[in-house]
Amino acid sequence: MSDDTEDRIAEIETLPLDAWHRRKGARMVPFAGYHMPIQFEGIVAEHNWTRQQAGLFDVSHMGQLLVSGERAAEELEKLLPGAIASLKPGKVRYSLLVDENGGILDDLMVTNATPWIEGDEEEGTEGHWGEPAYYLVVNGATKWDDIAHLREHLDDDVTLTHMDDHALIAVQGPNAATALNRVMRNVIDDMVFMESVIHDFGEWPLRITRSGYTGEDGFEISVPAQFAESLADRLCAEIEVRPIGLGARDSLRLEAGLPLYGHDITTETDPVSADLGFALTKRRREEGGWMGHGEVMKVLDRGPAQKRVGLAIEGRMPAREGASIYSGDTQVGRVTSGGFSPTLERPIAMGYVDTALADEGTELEVEVRNKRLPTKVAKLPFVPHRYHRGK
Amino acid sequence: MARYFTDEHEWIDVDGDTATIGITDYAQGQLGDIVFVELPGSGTALSKGGDAAVVESVKAASDVYAPIDGEVTEANEALEDDPALVNTAPESDGWFFRMTVGDKSQLDGLMDEAAYKSFCDGL
Repeated sequence: MSDDTEDRIAEIETLPLDAWHRRKGARMVPFAGYHMPIQFEGIVAEHNWTRQQAGLFDVSHMGQLLVSGERAAEELEKLLPGAIASLKPGKVRYSLLVDENGGILDDLMVTNATPWIEGDEEEGTEGHWGEPAYYLVVNGATKWDDIAHLREHLDDDVTLTHMDDHALIAVQGPNAATALNRVMRNVIDDMVFMESVIHDFGEWPLRITRSGYTGEDGFEISVPAQFAESLADRLCAEIEVRPIGLGARDSLRLEAGLPLYGHDITTETDPVSADLGFALTKRRREEGGWMGHGEVMKVLDRGPAQKRVGLAIEGRMPAREGASIYSGDTQVGRVTSGGFSPTLERPIAMGYVDTALADEGTELEVEVRNKRLPTKVAKLPFVPHRYHRGK
Repeated sequence: MARYFTDEHEWIDVDGDTATIGITDYAQGQLGDIVFVELPGSGTALSKGGDAAVVESVKAASDVYAPIDGEVTEANEALEDDPALVNTAPESDGWFFRMTVGDKSQLDGLMDEAAYKSFCDGL
């Protein structure tokens, strides 16, 4: 027996919910520089619970950043290929940080967090929007590089704040809204997928965003670190909510066809090849003015050499990251993440293959331990998304 | 029949010249949900410490090493249809394969149940 996944890394830090996880029976592993729970009762049980009920995920390792200032949107648009200036207060968008070569530095969520300032009748002031502010959630493993990149390229008249005194708790699953509604009445009633609100829950100032990375309806709640344990307890007191580890988070996002930074997307991949063209807003494609625009447009114009696709693997043997993909005797790609789908009860994977072979249904082979496994290019997501988009 | 254990968390039941190999309850608990087991075919020659089988959990693949020299005589076909047997019955129905005992002296270096238990307690 060997298990080489738990390499010891120096200087592993703890997150606000560390003791809480240990009390709940988590097995902790080093991840993105922190001690993180890989599993509680077991990956498959946690995975299925999230798909059927609701799971609580500690994603406090992720970077929560606030970019504020009158010119915050224009400055962010220098680095992100999405339309930030037209993003309305309370709306959320998936975006990317792209380098000068068109490679992906990170993927992230941007929320227009511009505060609404209430009017005051006695003083004769009317309600109005305050100073523009954008709340970014970036990947844990890349947050320090992201912060350095933003500091280097954003103008001095915008302020970048790392909200490292905040935890981030995700509640995901078909019953996430039911549970959250019982804890905080009337807060999420009008919210749909990719919307965000500020809510003072007693003395806890929360930011609640209807988003997530499991393919299910759900929420991500930003909470000051000192209240994180109490909030996690409040949420897990609901019968639908159980703590879920990183293991199930990975299998859930893989089923949902969502790329994982550092694996499915890296600086070696560009947004077009990664099939993330939706993050390149039409106006921004045409007008440019963002880092990497020229290189990304070249790929868009001539077509990418390879594309990120889903792979359905025959049999029960999973193909993991790094496995080679073949068409006949020719290697045509590589698996970037793969594992066993608890929902579909068969192996699934994502990888890059030559564009000519990227159409759904194309028959390929994946090599695992010198065996060729019959594989078909599959539609993503493997398991349909169930986001709450409203009527 | 004597049961031996390795520090790689395999158990070995020795009955005359035949040994049955599996992974321990501790090992299956560490691996989590087993979704696939790749077993050696009959006739495969194994050498102590060499790769013998691969066990795949949801999160990762792990190698299982041959605890002794010998030749595989039978693989547990039940694991093909129901790899979760390794989780539910690791030290009985979830056995991996049977092999000949090539060199009995290699058993001397292995642990008995009490020694293995204290080995796990120290982890």
